[in-house]
Amino acid sequence: MEYLLRFVIGGLVVSIFAALGDVLKPKSFAGLFGAAPSVALATLALTVTADGKLYASEEARSMIVGALAMGVYAWATMQLIVRSGWRGTTASIIALAVWFGCALGIWAAILR
Amino acid sequence: MKRKHSIRVSVPQPHLNLRALRTTKWYELAVRFVFGGTITVIAGVLAKAYGPVFGGLFLAFPAIFPATATLIEKHEQERKQKHGLSGAIRGRQAAALCARGTEIGSLGLISFAIVVWLLAADLNFAATLAIALAAWLGVANAAWSLERRHLCSRCSRR
Repeated sequence: MEYLLRFVIGGLVVSIFAALGDVLKPKSFAGLFGAAPSVALATLALTVTADGKLYASEEARSMIVGALAMGVYAWATMQLIVRSGWRGTTASIIALAVWFGCALGIWAAILR
Repeated sequence: MKRKHSIRVSVPQPHLNLRALRTTKWYELAVRFVFGGTITVIAGVLAKAYGPVFGGLFLAFPAIFPATATLIEKHEQERKQKHGLSGAIRGRQAAALCARGTEIGSLGLISFAIVVWLLAADLNFAATLAIALAAWLGVANAAWSLERRHLCSRCSRR
């Protein structure tokens, strides 16, 4: 039941931020919403209810690393599109490897 | 005598274009909903299995960007194709601009996470989230405006 709730809330929050990104112009401003704290908003409120504030605070500390990885991921996506001429879809999916590499690398080096 | 030409470029103001919603198909919305829901569940499962330090990484997983970049590219391409052009380059340019925006927006996301990390334990959680959201939007907007101004001043000097 908890996971179903997470799924519905997560889906809704991500859809709302994505729709905001659709209607905003110029495109680079709309891109700001690509880095909206959608998953965090959906997760943190449920986390506080189930596990307490300290648990949420610890998750947020790791989120700083994930957000840093997000910046590197977006940069890599842009480079793949501009310099390699890849389609946005392909570049944004392949570059997820950069997010994983960056986030897990910093986690293993500092947070673990 | 050589005359120096300069073009004044103004900073574009963000605005809403609600007509863009009409071009979004129902299955595109469904894909975002399922993707967003799945990532949120995975973040919860990982936090339960490996603890909050590992699970927290996934609170900043790029859940919105791939779908948004795909749609922006597709819609820009379709707009050009209506005028008999391929639109492939225009689509890619729009996706690249969106990626640049997301890169800048990640500064806002870092601010959001720092605020929650520092305030969550001591403050009412609803207030913490409200401050964190204000920090996200404020930092992302300020960084975007600064970059625009910098770009426009460079264009004007040329």
